[in-house]
Formats: sequence, structure tokens, C-alpha cells
Amino acid sequence: MAFEGLTEKLQQTFKKLKGKGKLSEKDVKEGMREVKLALLEADVNFLVVKDFIKSVTERAVGDEVMESLTPGQQVIKIVKEQLVELMGSVPSRPVFSSSGVTKIMLIGLQGAGKTTAAAKMAKYFEKRNGKSPLLVACDIYRPAAIKQLQVVGEKAGIPVFSMGDKLKPVQIAKAGLAEAKKNGRDVVIIDTAGRLHIDDTLMAELEEIKAKTVPDQVLLVVDSMTGQDAVNVAEAFNNRIGIDGIFLTKLDGDTRGGAAISVKAVTGKPIKFVGTGEKVEDIELFYPDRMASRILGMGDVLTLIEKAEQSFDQEKAAELTRKLKSQQFTLDDFLEQLNQVRNMGPLDQIMGMIPGINKGKMGPMDIDEKELAQVEAIINSMTPEEKNNPSIISGSRRRRIAAGSGTRIQQVNRLLKQFEQTRKLMRQFAEMGKGTKKGRPGFPFI
Amino acid sequence: MQEERHSGLIPRFMEGLRKSREDIKKKVDLLLSLGNKPEPEMLEELEEVLITADVGVGTSLEIIGVLNERIKQDKGIVGERVREELKSIIREMLDGEGVKNILEGRPSVILVVGVNGVGKTTSIGKLAALYKRKGKRVLIAAADTFRAAAIEQLEVWGQRAGVELIKHSEGSDPAAVVFDALSAARARNADIVICDTAGRLHNKKNLMEELKKIQRIINREAEGRIRETYLVLDATTGQNALAQAKMFKEITDITGIILTKLDGTAKGGIVLAIKNELDIPVKYIGLGEGMEDLQPFDGKAFADAFLG
Repeated sequence: MAFEGLTEKLQQTFKKLKGKGKLSEKDVKEGMREVKLALLEADVNFLVVKDFIKSVTERAVGDEVMESLTPGQQVIKIVKEQLVELMGSVPSRPVFSSSGVTKIMLIGLQGAGKTTAAAKMAKYFEKRNGKSPLLVACDIYRPAAIKQLQVVGEKAGIPVFSMGDKLKPVQIAKAGLAEAKKNGRDVVIIDTAGRLHIDDTLMAELEEIKAKTVPDQVLLVVDSMTGQDAVNVAEAFNNRIGIDGIFLTKLDGDTRGGAAISVKAVTGKPIKFVGTGEKVEDIELFYPDRMASRILGMGDVLTLIEKAEQSFDQEKAAELTRKLKSQQFTLDDFLEQLNQVRNMGPLDQIMGMIPGINKGKMGPMDIDEKELAQVEAIINSMTPEEKNNPSIISGSRRRRIAAGSGTRIQQVNRLLKQFEQTRKLMRQFAEMGKGTKKGRPGFPFI
Repeated sequence: MQEERHSGLIPRFMEGLRKSREDIKKKVDLLLSLGNKPEPEMLEELEEVLITADVGVGTSLEIIGVLNERIKQDKGIVGERVREELKSIIREMLDGEGVKNILEGRPSVILVVGVNGVGKTTSIGKLAALYKRKGKRVLIAAADTFRAAAIEQLEVWGQRAGVELIKHSEGSDPAAVVFDALSAARARNADIVICDTAGRLHNKKNLMEELKKIQRIINREAEGRIRETYLVLDATTGQNALAQAKMFKEITDITGIILTKLDGTAKGGIVLAIKNELDIPVKYIGLGEGMEDLQPFDGKAFADAFLG
């Protein structure tokens, strides 16, 4: 999602290269000029772009074109490999301290999304790693910041330790650690106030918190929409405080997110997590290769599959397969499946992960959740008999259903047709999936 | 506003932009000192200076193009005069209507919108204080009913500024809060209503629809009165700010920008691209977390600070 613009650009660039027999130095140079522009428009820092172009050019010009690839594909391959390398090669993995308590400190500019990130991480560790996190509220400066952490903590079901805004943050942080020890909490996430990297007093405060709490990880929270200044910010925080990783936020926007590349390049520290929405579950690990694939328009199939696996209830899926095979797939099942797909996240996010779908071309708002709500209303306006056996839905029944769901008869017709197609398609899937893993149903809507 | 501008605002502004200025100044100084450098190369490097300030490739090219034309036409533009010329191009590009005088109709309405984390609530607190200092009766509408503790945050700012606040509970309909605030403003004879809204990414359809509704209510309820819709932009933001401005302009009647966090090292050059492509002027700049750290925008000071 983050990089469509760049994807589009690179695709355009290399369309020109495709079909040429050999990759000349001129071809590479021309391609690189557009890669450079695309990266700059994606907010990758200017100096980082220069380095990147240099290394890709060096590699590409000297490279023999592999027999199985066109010259254009060869360049894409190199650009991708270099991007992956730049972003850290290995996927991020949560690391916990062997001491029993893992201390994580979040720092960053104002408005980067630290408080939300803190709650998301806590929820993630609890759900995925079976941890018992504690959130510690050390932002004594911004009005109602403590209250905000308390509210998001409550929503996430994670305890929040706070001591108001009268004590020094370092005292609160230390007391928070003691509290965690007392109550057997094994992950402590310290939320600090946003501050400018050039604010000497507040940077000194962070140094003190770090010195007194000795966190296992200091994560810099960075807004993925950050521009050229990302390098200055990251460098300053890293030089003064020392960071161990990056939490990249607001990737659900349409930013190309070049800051990811810049920040990694100047600090050498890995991106650990990305934030992909306003809900506490909207957090993902960072996969450099997937991000690079996304940049190059190869889609993000792996993330899609992972999301699907989390959201799909395996038992329901097995039941669905059974029904398909015995031809009992009903409109109720259709609705069920629809809801499972919706559970995977906003549809536009899912769409962005599918190779070949260029969200830039579709426009940012083309997928209408409202339409899905209408589908739901239509199905809910049917009698059980109709749901089980749609073939009985006559013209007069269609009129009744349209009136009952507040839709038009054409919409009812369209839905029934879609359902029939889906049923056919899924029957084929079920046949194909015989004897293979899990019998995962297809995605009729995408 | 005029007299404020002459009583020490510019030094404060300059101080806020000092860091940025130093960086850029150094670069430009260096460039211009190399008098015998071939021209295209100098122009290319000036272009890089603009790109590093987040002006963006397109607008940077355009600015340098204009500069090149002027240099061609006037052989006298060399050395220091190149900087002056570049400044005036930037100034001309930023030239826009200033802040409207709020007395013309009452109660005037300011709607404040933007993506998450740009500083909407803080800016509203400062804006309220600014009008309060001018002796206006200010009402703020806590229509960010979404973010946890946003209402409390605004309450604190309201108390600091000494202005009244209209609120509902968290999770309630923001349009209803705005409606109530507008009714209350009429009943209490307020001069100005400032409406906070929840941060929203501009590509979220449902949230943008919600904003449309709020704007519609304001346009209906405050018909014939002064209505401003300010988009708050974080100076740290890169090219995405352009997409933000485009989308928010499509959905609401954006009349100006509040550019926040200019007290860091970010240059906020994207406002040049936004003014150039979308004709949205900057109205205020934010220079810190203090109550008085919101200043009316001054294109000349900005251009001066931008290039040292």
C-alpha cells in the first residue's frame, strides 16, 4: 500500500526496457533517472537516493542478463534486491529478554503515533507471544496524554501504570518497572512524550530514562509520511539516545513511505513493526522483501495469505469445503464467507496486496464497504428457505427482498448472479484443493 | 494582526527556522561562492537544495526553470543576486490572501482538519488564545469524538486560553457536536467558533464522508458568515502532504493551511508545491508547544528564512 506511486513509476520505466535484446549502459542510465525521480517523490532522502542509484547502476551495467529474464526484468531484479538489502534483508521478529522481563522504550517526535504504537505492541505480544505486558505512561507534558494511554490500554485490555503528571518521567518509569515485577508482568512498554530531536532538555530527559531503566530495546517511532527530514530526526535520536529499532506508523495511508528506506539507511537499525490502521490490532511485523516486492508491483501475496490465515476460522473453512463438495453452499455461507473476508481488514488494504492490482489506477476510494453492507442487508432480508435454495427466488420475492433491504431490485439480481458464479467457482476450487492443505476457500470478492 | 507582525514576530519566526536556515544557507553560500562554476551545474545543485527541503521534484524544477529564465534575461544576476532572485520567486509563489478579519460577520466559524498527529488540537488551543487576546468571545467545539482523550486534551487547552468548550461524550456523532456548538454560539453571541475534528488519513472514504457532513452543516448553519476551513500540515511531512491537501480540498472548502512543527529541522517546503499546484495559501505557522507559538504566515519572512 505504501509504495504504489513508486510501483507505477518503475513499471512504466521498465516497460520501455522490456523487449530490447540487450541491456546497454544507456538503458540502465535512463531507467535509473526515473528510479531516482520516483524515489525522491517517494520521500527517500536525497543522499540515500544518490547512493542507491550508484550501487544499482554499478551492479546493473556490469551484470550479465540471465537467460531466463528480459533485460528489463533483470534490472527490476537488481533494483528489488538492492531495496531489500537497504531495508534490512531479514524480516523482523519480536525478541524477548532472557531475564524474564523485556523492557521496551518508545521515543519519537510529537504526533508520530507513540501512544497508539505502545498499545498495539502490547496487544500483539499478549496475543501472539502469550506475554503479560504493562504500559507505563511517561508523557507528563501533552495535555491528556496519560488519559489517552489509559483509554487505549483499557480498549486493548492491557493494564496501564501511571502516576499523574507531577512526577518526573524517570521516576514514573522506574516505579513502572517495580510495579511490573510485583505483578508478574513480563513486558514493560514505556511511552514517552513526543519531543523535537533538537530540544536539548527533553533529549537529556530521555537519556536519563534510558540510563535508569536500562531498556532491552529503544524503538524510534517514525511517521511513514515523513519527508527529507527523516534522516535528521533518526540520526539525532540514534546518536544521542541510541536506538535498537524503528516502529513505522500510518502505513495505511497512501504515502509512498520512502522514510522507511531513509531511516534504515542512516541508522542501520531494523524496522521492527509497522502500524497499518487506527485499531489496536492494526500492527504487522516488517518484511523487507515484501515491502520491496510491493515497491516493484509484485504485490504482497505473503501478507495477504498470513492475514487470511489469522482471520479465517479453520473449522468454518472445513465445514464450508464439506458443503461445497456436497453442493450445499447457501447464501448464509456466502454471507459468512463475506464476513470472514471483511475480518481480514479494510478491503482496500487487502486489494493493495494482490499482484497486478494497481491501486493508484483504481483511485484511493474505489472499494466501497457500503456496498458490502448492502449485500449483507439483502441476504438478511431473505427467508431461510430462500437462503438455502436461491432458485426459488422469483420476481415477486426479489421485489420483496429489495424493499426489505432498502436496495433496488437490480442489486438483488446482481447479488444472486454473483452468488451463482461464486458457487461455481468454489466448486472448482474445492475440486482442485482435494487432498491439499486445509481446503481454504477462495476469495469470491477479489 | 498588522501591529503584531511588527512587534518582534519576525525575529521569533527567524529563530524558529534557524536550524533549517543554517543548513540551507551553508549550501547556498557555498554554491554562490563558486562564481566560476558552470551555470547548469549550479542550477542543478540549487534544485537539490529545494528537493532536500521537501519542495518536491516538480515544483523544484519549475522554480529553477523560472530562475534560469531570469538569469538569461538579466546578465546581472550573479552571486548573491541569485539568492535574492530565488527568494523573490519563492515569495511570489507563496503570495496569497492573509487571514480574514473576523469581525465582518458573527459568529464566524473555523473548521480545522488534517491527518493524524499533525497538531490540530494544539493549533486550535493556540488559535483560541490568539482570538481571545484580541478580545473576541471564542467557543471551541470538541468534535474529535474518536481519539482517546482528545476531548480532555482540548479541555485543557480551552482552560489555558480561557474560552468556552462544547462537547459530547467520546464516540458520539461529531456533526452533532458541531451543530450544537453553532447553536450555542448564536445563543451566547460568540464571535467565533473553532471546530476540532478527529485526525483522519485522507484515503479513508468513510471518515472523509463524515467530514463532508460536518462541512455541510457549517455551510448551512453559518450561511453568509465568514467560514474558514484550515488544513493542518506537519512541516515534517514529505510529498504525501500534497495528496492530503488535494483530498481534503475535494471534500471540504479548504481556505488555508496551518503549517505546524516548524521549530524542528524540517523546512516545510511542501507548502510551495501545494500553493503552486492547488493554490492553497498558508495562513499560520506553528513554532512550538507554547500558547503563543502560532504566528500569522509571512511569505517574505518564510522565503528569507528558507534560503538564509
